Amino acid sequence: MINWKVILGIARKHLLSKFKSTLTATLGVTFGITAYITLVSFMTGLNGMLDDLILNQTPHIHIYNEIRPSENQPVTLSKALEPGEHIVRHIKPRSEERNIYNGMPLLKYLKTQPEVLGATPRLSTQIFYLSGSIELGGTLTGVDILEEVRLSSINDYIIEGRPRDLKNTENGILLGAGLAKKMSLRPGDRLQISTVKGEIYPLKVVGFYQSGIADIDNIQSYVNLKTAQRILGENSGYITDINVKLQNLEKAPVIASDIERQFRVEARDIQEANAQFETGSNIRNLITYAVSVTLLIVAGFGIYNILNMLIYEKMNDIAILKAIGFTGKDVQSIFMSQALIIGFIGGASGLFFGYILSLIIDRVPFNTEALPTISTYPINFNPWYYVVGIVFALVSTFFAGYLPSRKARTIDAVKIIRGN
Amino acid sequence: MDHVLKTVNINKYFRKPVDFHVLKDINMEIKRGEFASIMGKSGCGKSTLLYILSTMDTDYSGELFLNGGLITGMKHEQLSYLRNKHIGFVFQFHYLLGEFSVLENVMLPARKLGDRSEPEIRKKAMDILEMLNIGHLGNNLARRISGGEKQRVAIARALINDPSILMGDEPTGNLDSHNSANVLSIFKKLKQEKGLSLLIVTHDEDFARETDRVIHMEDGMILQ
Repeated sequence: MINWKVILGIARKHLLSKFKSTLTATLGVTFGITAYITLVSFMTGLNGMLDDLILNQTPHIHIYNEIRPSENQPVTLSKALEPGEHIVRHIKPRSEERNIYNGMPLLKYLKTQPEVLGATPRLSTQIFYLSGSIELGGTLTGVDILEEVRLSSINDYIIEGRPRDLKNTENGILLGAGLAKKMSLRPGDRLQISTVKGEIYPLKVVGFYQSGIADIDNIQSYVNLKTAQRILGENSGYITDINVKLQNLEKAPVIASDIERQFRVEARDIQEANAQFETGSNIRNLITYAVSVTLLIVAGFGIYNILNMLIYEKMNDIAILKAIGFTGKDVQSIFMSQALIIGFIGGASGLFFGYILSLIIDRVPFNTEALPTISTYPINFNPWYYVVGIVFALVSTFFAGYLPSRKARTIDAVKIIRGN
Repeated sequence: MDHVLKTVNINKYFRKPVDFHVLKDINMEIKRGEFASIMGKSGCGKSTLLYILSTMDTDYSGELFLNGGLITGMKHEQLSYLRNKHIGFVFQFHYLLGEFSVLENVMLPARKLGDRSEPEIRKKAMDILEMLNIGHLGNNLARRISGGEKQRVAIARALINDPSILMGDEPTGNLDSHNSANVLSIFKKLKQEKGLSLLIVTHDEDFARETDRVIHMEDGMILQ
C-alpha cells in the first residue's frame, strides 16, 4: 500500500536539505557504536586474557588423591558403643600413598571416553633446588610434555627452549623463570635437586617456564614423567594427578562427579575451582554493557531531538502532504525511515570506526613481566559484537524516531493550514 | 447523477474555546462542470465548510456525497485516497514543498497515486506546466520562484491526477491584481476546455462575479 519509492524520496530530500542536523544525529549514533565496539572488544579481550591466565593452567577436571582422615573411625564401627555420641580428638590422616590407585588403567579408561578430548598423567612432588649452599623449596612435576602441549597452553608459557627439548633430554628440566633468576641459571646449565628423603639428583636446564604468576614461577618446574618417577624411586605406573580436557567444558561438573563415584578419587572440575573468577568476568561484562548502553541512549536522545525539531520545521510540508492525499501512515513512514537511515548509516560507520580503533589498540605495545605471551593490548574481534552493535543502532533509532513520527502522523492538517 | 459534490444537513460545532455552532444545516450541491464560488464575511464558516467538503475535516454531522457516493464515515486511508484522486486543492498561501523542484511538486500526487509510470507522470506534469505558461520553471526549486508563479504551480499540482473537482481557499487572496486576474483566467479556461468543476472560497467580489454561481454565506448558513 505504501509507495516506498516516493516516501524514501521525500525522506532523503529532508535529510539532505538539513544536512548539518542529519550529520549531527548520525555522528551521535556513530560515536555511540564506535565506543561500544571499541569498549566491548577491548574489555572482553582483557577479560579473555585474564581468564586464560588462570583457566589455561586449570584442567577441566583435575583427578588426585586427597589426603584426609578416614571417615569411619574404629569407634563408629563398634556395635557395642551404639547408640551414642562419639567424640574422637586429634584424628590423623590415614597413612596412605600419595599416588592415584590404579592410575594408569584409569588414564587409559578416560582416554576411551567420547566426551574426553585427552587426559594427561602428572606426578607432583616436593623437592629442594640446590644452589651452592642454598636450598630452595619447590615443586617438581613430571609430565608427558607432548601431550601437555597438545591439550593445554603450556607451550605459551615456555619462554626459553622447546617442549621437544625436554622430551629428548632424559634428565632435562623446564625451570620456573623465578627460580632461574634466583639461581642465575641459563639453558644448558646443570642443577642439582634433592628429594624430601635427601637423595640428590642432577638435572640439565633445557628451558624456562613462566606462567606470569610469581608464586608459581618461584617454585614450579617440569621434568619428564619417567624422570620424576625415577627421582622418587617409583614404578612407571605411579602418578599423583590426572588432568582431563573435555570436548565440552560445560559438562565438567557432571563428569567429575561420575569419576569420583566410580573410582573413589577426588575429581575437581574447573567451574568449582574457578567460581570466583567467573563472577569477576561477569561483572566486568556488565560494566561494559552498562557504559555502551548509556552511550547509545544518549545518541538516541540526540536523534529524538533532531527529528522533533525537523517535524516542527516541516509542519507545513506535513499538512500539504496530507492535503494532497498522503495518509498519516505515509507521513509517519517518512519520518521513521529518516530515523532508520540515520541509525543505519551511523551504525555502519560506527562499526567501521570501532573496527579501525580496535585494530589500532591491537597494535599498541603492551609488555608486562606477568604475561609472557602478550606483546600488544588484547582485542576480541568477535563478529557477534558487530551484529549486536548494528541491531542496537537500529533499535535505538527506531524508538527515538517513533514518538516524533507518531506525532507527525496525528497532526491535523486543517489546523495547520488554517492557522496560517 | 449530475452533481460532483452534494451535502445533506451538514452541521458542525466548535467545542473550543466555547461551544459554537459554526455550520447550520448546510444543503448544497455542485454540478459537474460548474464554476461556483462561496462568499461571505470572515468567520461565517465558509472555510470550515470547504475543509469539510475537501474530506480533510471529518468532525461534522450530516452527509457528504462525492460523485454520488456517500463518503461520510469512511476511514482516513480511504479519504486520503479520494483526496488524492478526486480532489485538487489550492490554498491561499501557495503551500509547495520548498526543497523540491517545481516539477517534483507537481508530480508528487501522481507518484503517490501510482497509477501511471514515472515518464508518463513527468510528461503530464510538463504539459500542465506548459498550459499554465510556467513550463520553463520546471527545474527551479519551488522556494525560489515568485508568489504568482507558486500559485500557478499549486494549481498544476492540483490538476495532475485529473480530479473531479478543484477547490480553492482564497487562492487569489495573497496575490496582486495582475496575478489574480491570471489565476481567474486559468480557472475559467479549465472549466471551458476541460469541463472541470470548481469551488472557490473568496473575499473578492470581482472574482466572484466572474463565476457561474455565487453561494453567499452568513452566520453558518447559506443565504438563498
